[in-house]
Amino acid sequence: MTTGAIIMMLFGLGVTWGGAAVCLSIAMKHRVA
Amino acid sequence: MAQREQWGTRLGFILAAVGSAIGLGNIWRFPYMAYENGGGAFLIPYFFALITAGIPIIILEFGMGHKYKGSAPLTFAKIKKKWEWLGWWQVFVSFIISVYYVVVIAWALNYTLMSADLGWGSNPSDFFFKDFLALSSSPLSLGGIVWPIFIAALVIWFVTWLVLYSGVKRGIELANKIFMPVLFILLLIMLGRAVTLEGASEGLQWLFRPDFSAIMDYKVWTAAYGQIFFTLSICFAIMITYSSYLPDKSDINNNGMMTAFINCGFSMLAGIMVFGVLGHMALQQGVPVKDVVGSGVGLAFVTIPKAINLLPASGFFGFLFFLSLVFAGMSSMISITEACCSAVIDKFGWGRKKTATGFTLVGFLCSLIFMTNGGLLVLDIVDHFINNFGIVFAGLVEVVLVSWFFKLETVREHINGLSDFRIGMWWNFCLKVVTPIVLGYMAIANLIGDIQKSYGGYPMSALVMFGWCVVLGIIVLSVFLQTRKGSPQSA
Repeated sequence: MTTGAIIMMLFGLGVTWGGAAVCLSIAMKHRVA
Repeated sequence: MAQREQWGTRLGFILAAVGSAIGLGNIWRFPYMAYENGGGAFLIPYFFALITAGIPIIILEFGMGHKYKGSAPLTFAKIKKKWEWLGWWQVFVSFIISVYYVVVIAWALNYTLMSADLGWGSNPSDFFFKDFLALSSSPLSLGGIVWPIFIAALVIWFVTWLVLYSGVKRGIELANKIFMPVLFILLLIMLGRAVTLEGASEGLQWLFRPDFSAIMDYKVWTAAYGQIFFTLSICFAIMITYSSYLPDKSDINNNGMMTAFINCGFSMLAGIMVFGVLGHMALQQGVPVKDVVGSGVGLAFVTIPKAINLLPASGFFGFLFFLSLVFAGMSSMISITEACCSAVIDKFGWGRKKTATGFTLVGFLCSLIFMTNGGLLVLDIVDHFINNFGIVFAGLVEVVLVSWFFKLETVREHINGLSDFRIGMWWNFCLKVVTPIVLGYMAIANLIGDIQKSYGGYPMSALVMFGWCVVLGIIVLSVFLQTRKGSPQSA
């Protein structure tokens, strides 16, 4: 894989799962329904 | 007035919403769309579409469902009495999808059972079209019922009935608490296998190689918005229905974002898995990856079985792959059918058990046509018209009516009052301006495209019968249902 492809793969995984992780951490802090 | 059912836990709701959004398209559509539209560069318009259309619409639908506590027709009727038909339109779109979606899951269930001894043989294409489906030459010659598909569909309808019959908490929530973790585990196992295959990196190179010149092409942006729009289960009654079961104190904004990010994250992982396998297949066959790439039914039931034949422990991988299709499909199937049942319960005041049973019987009978020798061809036509004219037009009408002819601020105030973080005026802008422009363009382009050229080269009589009549028929039925008097608790 080229560096460009690796960067884009990490970018995609970072935005999606990073975004989900941030949402999850906010949810864990407040714990409403 | 009966108390509306509720989710037992927040996790249950998230898993159900994610389960609805994650479907077959995440596995067989997203990877190809990315590959075809600039590779890694596609992620830029894709995430832009997620932020400007996907997340705003999902938050809007969660907000409306939660605020008005109703299925789609009841929610729209509570907003404005004369908008009830829009909810029914979306419900009928869901109903049509459910009756052919079940058949695709039935194919996957058959393939799951066949995978132990690679029942598709050395020529999966011939097997799928000639032996398994015994495909007829025209959608107008249906032929007979394909019994293995019939039996599998019967099983899937039974499971769906059982889940719907058991209710929101003990049925839908429980089912998703099983399906979703298992689906993620299956995907992670396949992912681990796929990326360690010889040639996988070449496949991933084709998927993620960034072609930034593609970003200048408006068609790539339309494809990105289309992918986001179709992947999130928005604008066909589901998310409104699911959020109507949330308790009063619920974090709408965070739930919406979490659902969207997890769904897209799943697509990313599925893309890596699929292209890892395709890279290995290309290496084994000594051809470039572009020669083995595909999407949709062809990818799942022809290309992937071919690739599975070339893998070590092929039967095990095949079992995992097709089982994951079954689980991804089942969680979506449950949500699609629940959107329909909930609407009937709200309108006519029927009990859940009676509604679930009646709906399942009607759905099963309607799905028989897709289990015939001509079923795939009929499915192809119905799917094309329902996606391009049912969902896109219903979505466009929803966004335009709610954002321009209703005080959108009341929804924003409602959800911001409940949520951990607030959404700003960008949300209004996206719903009032960005989404209508993009959906409007897609709707017009679809209409012109189908008028200029008959879809798929099918006979016009078949397109009229299974395409135009279906999309126009459900609008007429929706308007008719609005005029029908409902139970006292319907708006």
